[in-house]
Amino acid sequence: MTLVVLGLYLMAVLAVGFMSNRAFRGTGEDYFLATRSIGPFVLLMSIFGTHMTAFSLLGASGEAYRRGTGVFGLMASAAAIVVPLMIFFVGTRLWALGKHLGVTTQAQLFRARWQSDGFGLLLFVVIVLLVLPYLLIGVMGGGVTLSRITGGEVPSWVGGLLISMVVLFYVTFGGLRGTAWVNTFQTLVFMVLGTVTVVYIVGQLGGLGPALERVATERPDLMVRGEAIPPLYFFCYLLIPMSVGMFPHMFQHWLSAKSAESFKLPMLAYPVCIAIVWTPSVLLGTFGHIDFPGLEGPAASSVLIRMIDLHAPDILAGLLGAGVFAAVMSSLDSQTLALGTMFTQDIVRHYGFDDQMDEKRQVLVGRLFIIGILTTTYLISLVAEATIFGLAVWSFTGFTGLLPVVLAALFWRRSTKVGAYASVLVTATLWIYFFSIGFNVTGYSAFGTGLPPVAVIFPASALAMVVGSLLSEPPDSEVLEKFFAS
Amino acid sequence: MTQPQASRGVRLGLYALTAVFVLLHNDFWQWNDSRFVLGLPVGFTYHLFYCAGAIGLMALLVRWAWPTDLAGEGDA
Repeated sequence: MTLVVLGLYLMAVLAVGFMSNRAFRGTGEDYFLATRSIGPFVLLMSIFGTHMTAFSLLGASGEAYRRGTGVFGLMASAAAIVVPLMIFFVGTRLWALGKHLGVTTQAQLFRARWQSDGFGLLLFVVIVLLVLPYLLIGVMGGGVTLSRITGGEVPSWVGGLLISMVVLFYVTFGGLRGTAWVNTFQTLVFMVLGTVTVVYIVGQLGGLGPALERVATERPDLMVRGEAIPPLYFFCYLLIPMSVGMFPHMFQHWLSAKSAESFKLPMLAYPVCIAIVWTPSVLLGTFGHIDFPGLEGPAASSVLIRMIDLHAPDILAGLLGAGVFAAVMSSLDSQTLALGTMFTQDIVRHYGFDDQMDEKRQVLVGRLFIIGILTTTYLISLVAEATIFGLAVWSFTGFTGLLPVVLAALFWRRSTKVGAYASVLVTATLWIYFFSIGFNVTGYSAFGTGLPPVAVIFPASALAMVVGSLLSEPPDSEVLEKFFAS
Repeated sequence: MTQPQASRGVRLGLYALTAVFVLLHNDFWQWNDSRFVLGLPVGFTYHLFYCAGAIGLMALLVRWAWPTDLAGEGDA
């Protein structure tokens, strides 16, 4: 039954992707940005679906199992305030500039802002290196989940292959429009399924109140944050969702908006969407202690699947599998498209064709890169170790470290390419340093201070931007006029 | 369809309110409070209401501080 439900779901995704291809206009701008025609609701679903990954369903419940209900404040409500503010301060302005200057990628924008080809190339390399592990996590996460849900009946490599092939189909044929339409469908799926799952299982446990009381009696520490989530760590964690301001896949979605007005609904509805997805995950993870006390390590991450196996093994397992696939694919598609777009625009078109490349060739090259990126990612996933799952938060840390670049580009006229170089290089250096000593250390904090590495990298990057800019010549007024016209 | 932006003072006030709201995310005063409110641990309830408050704040920003330099761009 699980596989039947999953199969039906994947067929529905392919059908939505196929329909989107019928609206394709054959141009590069349509393929990469849906001709900047995405309205408020699809923009909301695209942004939210892209931001949420399998972690929101499985990882969050595992974290709640380990650290209790405080995980909602740490990860969910932090995103509920930070992401809408990023949409307001960064997304809207990038959209306006992107439309005004006709850019498609971050490298194009920053190259123009600081008149530096070299900086565009440096940023391209850093962004690709930060996104690649994230792609890998998506493919591997889908495979592992399918294997667990089916009790090992379906090996991990099959799940990864299924996800890769479906994403390959609708991203290759539908471009950003296909991605946006499928994301809308998939986001609705995992929001509805999360709610259905928690309502059903809580019912099986005798209701919300009795279930919480049972956990509170056995594990009162899970009802407070206490020492599991220290206040300083909690505060610094607000920096993590700021990474959306520099995600290349989010950048591409900002640029696809039909108008500035399109951003208002995503700003207003984002906190609601967060609450809808994270409340069930956190509650179910905490309730896991009723039936499965004492899980440790990776076993704790599978608590949601164990709960479903116990309380609703048949159709709900299939629906959960569909929900996890939806969460994985709605991020994987946007990331793959963003990388394909960057390789096409920032490398092939810019260096190979001196920015003169006909529309059909752009679409063809974009599609070829998408096929290459997904194929390579899948092949690496077959040999990569499961420890790479820990890379997700490191990826977010790197993108938050790059945030001063976009903030300076948008809000600080005096910022220069020297400052931008300094900011990226400081981020890269500190990131590599912390990663090399902290990747395999549980609960690692920077210099033993209790602070996560992002709390050091972000201010250092911002400081480098300020110092580098002030020590160099101010930018040309002609350039500033283009970026600060009003 | 875009409304006129509020005065600079109102906008600065809203930005200050935004900063205070972000700081209120860290509800340190109830860190070890194990009471239940509305059937949930008090910290959980607080952060659910915090999400609701975020919607209110966004509504204020959209209504009174929407950037005017974006107005009309591509709205046709």
